[in-house]
Amino acid sequence: MARKFFSYFCISYLFWLLLYWPFGVDRIASLQGLLVGVPVAFLVTLLFGGVFARQPEKIFQAKRYFWFLYYVPVFIYYCVLANLDVAYRVLSPEMPINPGIVKVKTSLRSRSGLTALANSITLTPGTMSVDLTEDGYIYIHWINVQTQDVEKASELIVRPFEKILKRIFE
Amino acid sequence: MSEILGNILIGIGALFVLFGTVGLVRLPDLYNRLQAATKCATLGTCSILLGVIVNRGLSAVSMKALLCIIFILLTSPTAAHALARAAHISGVKLWNKSVCDQYAEDNDRKEETTK
Repeated sequence: MARKFFSYFCISYLFWLLLYWPFGVDRIASLQGLLVGVPVAFLVTLLFGGVFARQPEKIFQAKRYFWFLYYVPVFIYYCVLANLDVAYRVLSPEMPINPGIVKVKTSLRSRSGLTALANSITLTPGTMSVDLTEDGYIYIHWINVQTQDVEKASELIVRPFEKILKRIFE
Repeated sequence: MSEILGNILIGIGALFVLFGTVGLVRLPDLYNRLQAATKCATLGTCSILLGVIVNRGLSAVSMKALLCIIFILLTSPTAAHALARAAHISGVKLWNKSVCDQYAEDNDRKEETTK
């Protein structure tokens, strides 16, 4: 419990530091800012600590950050690809779309992992997550349906992210 | 040099937002429109904010822009999910040429078993 509280406190204080970035004009002003941040972060943790992730102490495990650094370029690549895809579909005169809602399966279970996966799916080419169930199925609106089979669709949509996100969040 | 790069990024961002808007007008139903709007608005806005960061260097403005990028990446897809789900539950139909709707099928099946 104390560890959880400390993790939340660190995250909130980090956000405070980023918001307060140039740290004031002189040493006294910057010290003031740093000190005010402590009760503010404390209060925020006290009020909202229970709302978010269930295991915030994971932020202290260094291995996850390396996978995160690996994930960022992968994500940016797919994100740019998605936008070019949308631009192509929208600008071409005959509008090549073939939409539908399909179901895919994921093996991720933690809440933050599922959130990250659903968000990634939304920002990648032609897919948008509509809903997810507790037993690991995600309903996806696909702008160009290639297969209606659950396994094949999972292979196409979910696999590129699932492996990496599993190392980051679980 | 960094100013030119920043301005290029802002230009690219504006271009993608424009594509998203065109998609909003041209695509046939709510779900397709949401796709275009979410993707393009997210990358477009992030690109504009990145351009601001490159232009202004390491300053108070760019730190806030960085935080904005993080929050947009977190909230924009979530908002799209919430809108799409709410629309589906309240009965907004898919485009009539849509291929399949496994979400509706599963929901119907669930209703039958609970009856």
